[in-house]
Amino acid sequence: MACFVVPAVEAVVVSAVDKCMRKKEIATSTSETSVSENLAVVPFRQKIKWLTRMLWGGCVLLAFEHLWHGEIVPWFPFLTAMSDPGETTEMLREMATVGVTMAALITVVWLVMCKVADVIAKRPAPNDLQNPVN
Amino acid sequence: MTLLITLFAAIITTVLWYNRKDDSMRLGVLCFLFWGASIMWFVDAIFEYAELKAEYFTPALSDMINDTYLGLSVVALALIIWLVRLLIADPKGSVRAALKREKG
Repeated sequence: MACFVVPAVEAVVVSAVDKCMRKKEIATSTSETSVSENLAVVPFRQKIKWLTRMLWGGCVLLAFEHLWHGEIVPWFPFLTAMSDPGETTEMLREMATVGVTMAALITVVWLVMCKVADVIAKRPAPNDLQNPVN
Repeated sequence: MTLLITLFAAIITTVLWYNRKDDSMRLGVLCFLFWGASIMWFVDAIFEYAELKAEYFTPALSDMINDTYLGLSVVALALIIWLVRLLIADPKGSVRAALKREKG
């Protein structure tokens, strides 16, 4: 009904965090940024971008599905379930169950991705394994 | 069906991304689009399965056709989003070069 709204809210929050981080990065000196980026294997801002893209991508495609099924309309209140109190309750219940699980699973997948990316980035490149430096 | 089509699109895009020569095609954006949607539809499928049980795997033919049509439309929409982003970012400078050629 409107399950994609929950990940969409998360996408807005994460995008805002990303914007704040970018502003901070510009404000601080470049030398400071390079030192902090060297400490982390994959920069955190890069990882935040992955989450933002996954959330926005999923939300846009799911919003299209809802439009397809007539659950979203281009006029107020935009969600057809909002016009009937009974359906509104059902919509809120779906948002609390399906929507929250969607947002949580995307975040869990992202956290696993971050961990795996750090491990892969720390690993020596395949060329280094074939021709080890003596 | 929509989940399956999106999932296959995600897998194919990820393989293409892994075999890329450089990042000029920005395939990463397309990967995240498809994977994000696949994860969300996977959750939707779990909840639907919990409600319908075995009936979930035997949908009516009309529902299947509708879902297939929706899945293909979703893939087309994702490809359009990616293409527009690629043309605006213009990492290879092809659009800029074509515009300059037309101007000159």
